[in-house]
Amino acid sequence: MAAEAHKLEIFRGLIKFKSNTQKIWGVLIFLSLVTAIEVALGIFKPEILLVEVLGMKALNWIFIILTVVKAYYITWDFMHMRDETASLRRMVVWTSVFLIAYLVFILLQEGGYIEQVFRRGFVKSDF
Amino acid sequence: MDTTVVKTSAENKRWGGGTEPLNTSYGKMMMWFFITSDALTFAGFLAAYGFSRFKFADIWPIADNVFTHVPFIHGNYPMIFVAFMTFILIMSSVTMVLAVDAGHHMNKAKVTIYMFLTILGGLIFVGSQAYEWTTFIKGEYGAVATNGGNILHILDGDGNQVALKDFAIAQNRDREQHESKKGVWFTSEGVLPNYTFDEVLAGFEANPDLVVRTTYASGEGHKTILSRSESLKEIQTKGSTVVEGANLRHNEYGPPLFANYFFFITGFHGFHVSVGILLNIIIFFNVLVGTYEKRGSYEMVEKVGLYWHFVDLVWVFVFTFFYLV
Repeated sequence: MAAEAHKLEIFRGLIKFKSNTQKIWGVLIFLSLVTAIEVALGIFKPEILLVEVLGMKALNWIFIILTVVKAYYITWDFMHMRDETASLRRMVVWTSVFLIAYLVFILLQEGGYIEQVFRRGFVKSDF
Repeated sequence: MDTTVVKTSAENKRWGGGTEPLNTSYGKMMMWFFITSDALTFAGFLAAYGFSRFKFADIWPIADNVFTHVPFIHGNYPMIFVAFMTFILIMSSVTMVLAVDAGHHMNKAKVTIYMFLTILGGLIFVGSQAYEWTTFIKGEYGAVATNGGNILHILDGDGNQVALKDFAIAQNRDREQHESKKGVWFTSEGVLPNYTFDEVLAGFEANPDLVVRTTYASGEGHKTILSRSESLKEIQTKGSTVVEGANLRHNEYGPPLFANYFFFITGFHGFHVSVGILLNIIIFFNVLVGTYEKRGSYEMVEKVGLYWHFVDLVWVFVFTFFYLV
């Protein structure tokens, strides 16, 4: 694959880099920034973000969304998924996203249910 | 060697091997499929971790109380070291992708330098993980386990955790480690904790400012801290053994499952990193002796690069689910 074949835009064309090397450094800066935000939030844990949203603390949702954002840029720009054909991309990404989402949903649902059973006092562990 | 370079004489023959399906070489496509399956393996582990965590939502340890160490510095610094590890791994991902880029330009000198830096980053990461494991296994404070298997931490009046060695009072001991040479030859047991429960209890009763932090969460990401009188009652009626450090059966941080998942998932990831370093070293020497120069393509660097980025990708998730959430 020639160097010219790289797509050099990120953020839907908001930033366009002049060369592939430049894009790599740009993505590094972005990823470091996201990690820094995560660490700062993890250390300070702002009070307003501790409210429950859809069964989980807002802070945890932010962490998970930022993680997926990081995963996206690692896959798309470091692993050059952006430059692969759409069919290869879909084979890899859709398969894993669907299966993982399904597995996570099933297991977390079950885990939450068992927690309820424990909580209602059917099993005693505090003695 | 021609077969690995992809261009064959069968060009334009759809079923003769000349056309690349999906515009990728065989090797790269298979690396993608391997990564997909490996991602599912890791997802299985992390989902199982999530299951146990939801199941024991109340008694799961808070990462900030567990991973607080930074090498060469004493004190309580949660997150700092693991953020450093994350940064090292992202950095080595960057040098890897720069090596791939230099390979596209057939620039042997640059590929060599960047591959070397990638290996270096990988080694620093594995070393950091070894440190993380060591401090985790050794433990710092020690804790009291209840009859039901819950963990009680001992705090001083200011809410800082205190190590057992700082307050335990020596008592008469009638129990020593059973080794196979001392008794029945086919049984033995592991190392006993440095302090017995009676010594810890005596020390706790003698120090009126010590209190107990239970394993149960009190809402907003904190564990319940009992008053002095409640603490005394808790430790006298429920306390049974002393736990120091962590292994697969006991750990001083919380439920044994927590340590099990920690060892298993970070261990499996560390194993992947080690394999990645090994592959990188092989590629590095191939670059040095000019294998890819002769072959006319640095695609091998790209394939191993895909694996290396994947390892970084997994770490991003491990970082979130073990240390942040």
